[in-house]
Amino acid sequence: MSESTVTTEPTSGPRRSRNGVSAAAPAARVQQNAGARSGRTFTIVSWAVLIIFAVLWLIPSLWAIKTSLTDNGTSAVGASAILKDWNLTLGSYATLLSNGDIWNWYLASFITATLTTVFAVFFSAMAAYALSRLRFHGRRWVFLLLLGGILVPPPVLIVPVFQTLNVVGLLNTYWAVVLPQIPTVIAVFVFKQFFDGVPPDFEESARIDGAGFWRSFRSIILPLSRPVIAAMAIVTFVGTWNNLILPLFVLSNPKLMTIPVGLATVQGSYGQRLSDIQASSILGALPLVILFLIFQRRIVEGFACSGLKG
Amino acid sequence: MTATAEIETSAVVKRPSRYEEEAGGPRTAGMVRAGWLFLLPFLFFYVVFLIWPVIYMVITSFFNTSMVRTGFGSFAGFANYHEMLTKPEFWSALWHTIQFTIYTTPPLVILAFVFAVLANRVTHGQWFFRLAFFVPFILPSAAIALIWNFIYTPTTGLWNEFQTLLGNDAPSPVLGTPSLAMIGIAVTTLWWTIGFNFVLYLAGLQDIPRELYEAAAVDGASPWQQIRSITIPMLSRTTTLVILLQIVASLKIFDQVYLMTQGGPGISTQVLLGLVVNTAFTDYRIGAASAASVLLFIVILLITLIREVVVRAQERRAA
Repeated sequence: MSESTVTTEPTSGPRRSRNGVSAAAPAARVQQNAGARSGRTFTIVSWAVLIIFAVLWLIPSLWAIKTSLTDNGTSAVGASAILKDWNLTLGSYATLLSNGDIWNWYLASFITATLTTVFAVFFSAMAAYALSRLRFHGRRWVFLLLLGGILVPPPVLIVPVFQTLNVVGLLNTYWAVVLPQIPTVIAVFVFKQFFDGVPPDFEESARIDGAGFWRSFRSIILPLSRPVIAAMAIVTFVGTWNNLILPLFVLSNPKLMTIPVGLATVQGSYGQRLSDIQASSILGALPLVILFLIFQRRIVEGFACSGLKG
Repeated sequence: MTATAEIETSAVVKRPSRYEEEAGGPRTAGMVRAGWLFLLPFLFFYVVFLIWPVIYMVITSFFNTSMVRTGFGSFAGFANYHEMLTKPEFWSALWHTIQFTIYTTPPLVILAFVFAVLANRVTHGQWFFRLAFFVPFILPSAAIALIWNFIYTPTTGLWNEFQTLLGNDAPSPVLGTPSLAMIGIAVTTLWWTIGFNFVLYLAGLQDIPRELYEAAAVDGASPWQQIRSITIPMLSRTTTLVILLQIVASLKIFDQVYLMTQGGPGISTQVLLGLVVNTAFTDYRIGAASAASVLLFIVILLITLIREVVVRAQERRAA
């Protein structure tokens, strides 16, 4: 009987099902043991399934790592040869790190991702402050204009963005990668939502002391927003670092290539040096893996709260 | 910050904030100026790199604009649209885009849900599962493509040798076979991006009150019943969000195709954004490329509107 209370609820909303479940609680004692036992079985099954999938998910990365540590000659023979050869070597990494391309790519990615992140986060926080705190004519228009921007997926704009950069003569500069990625509308709304939740009393006392909007933004709002800033900064940084389509078309100078663009040329230029190819993939991924290990929680939170996706 | 569903853009954005209602103080000249000054830097880049490109895209879609000439070129009316809509390449690219969306969306939503529910139950080692499932998502598509191209190497690659081991003497090369190439790309994408949905579901799970499960356990509800009657309905908003984001992301697919097959073999994996880019950067025909972009944009817009309707309906039911 108690079971039926639970199972007949699937279509009802959250509030109703809570009442339905707890109202039936006293009648349920008898079934508790059975429930506990099936709970334990379920936990074991959960573990098993999860571990199988996690291992499956790790195989491609482990395979790339293993290949990168095998010499090019063996890798060219095939999968079973790679599996059998355990004379690990760092030769591929040595080659890549000494030939220099990868350092240029790192530099380009680091510069463009950092600049974009700083500007994007700062400007969207400012815009969000205006929308959350200040009242002025045209505010609603701006709001609607920004709202519309959510619907526009940036990659679709690659051709007109290229043309714009061409007209202003910024092609083949880091700015061509940085500037178009500054307006991230989602960040404005995430910031605005956070600012809306900050009690206005904080600023009011400061404003009585004569602080202007700029000062209350800089010295009250921004310090309070550190967690959101961190989350947005990381999401922007990762997004810019990984962007392929924009730098692919606006940068043609190999010296300016970012990691994704550089990696996209690797397959063609390294040919049969399969270990080197895998090593460059690992090197390209490495900075983000390190970033993840340092900021695990923030990264996960940031992506979860922005709902942003490539 | 924690609740994903709350941050999903349209729902949040339409709810007026406290400040909008209460009008934080009188509108002074200083405030008007400050308002625009705070908006200015963002708006500048927004107009130059988002609004203007959209306008430019729409305008040039009606002109014979070319990459090699300056200016808009001659007026073309609907010729670009007509050309696209009657061109087999366009329809095949549209179909491949939809095909990719159909291949990737169900597994990406269902597996992410399963992984999240299971990972939420185990008390130890969550970091390990996050590492396994989430890390690929934050890596560059180019690194992912190098790894998977290598796995798919014909004859001597990991996948083909594995099949040989299972007794298939002549396994077809995944990326070299028209009927398999898109599946290969879809599998790569599943591996690459599942972490995002996984994390959205984990966040959604955190918002379900523990007492619900405790009460259900007291009632003797099995874990399976708990999932069916608590977890799934409580996550319905997250699921709607995940499905929409997933579909829109799939329609924008470019990276994987460009990096893994270049649209081949033949044009068997060419997708809309790939067609746009080729038309613009290989054929130098901006006008035609713009028309194709506008059509892609309309498809994405339609999906977004459909979702808006679904969300409204969901909210009405919940209220």
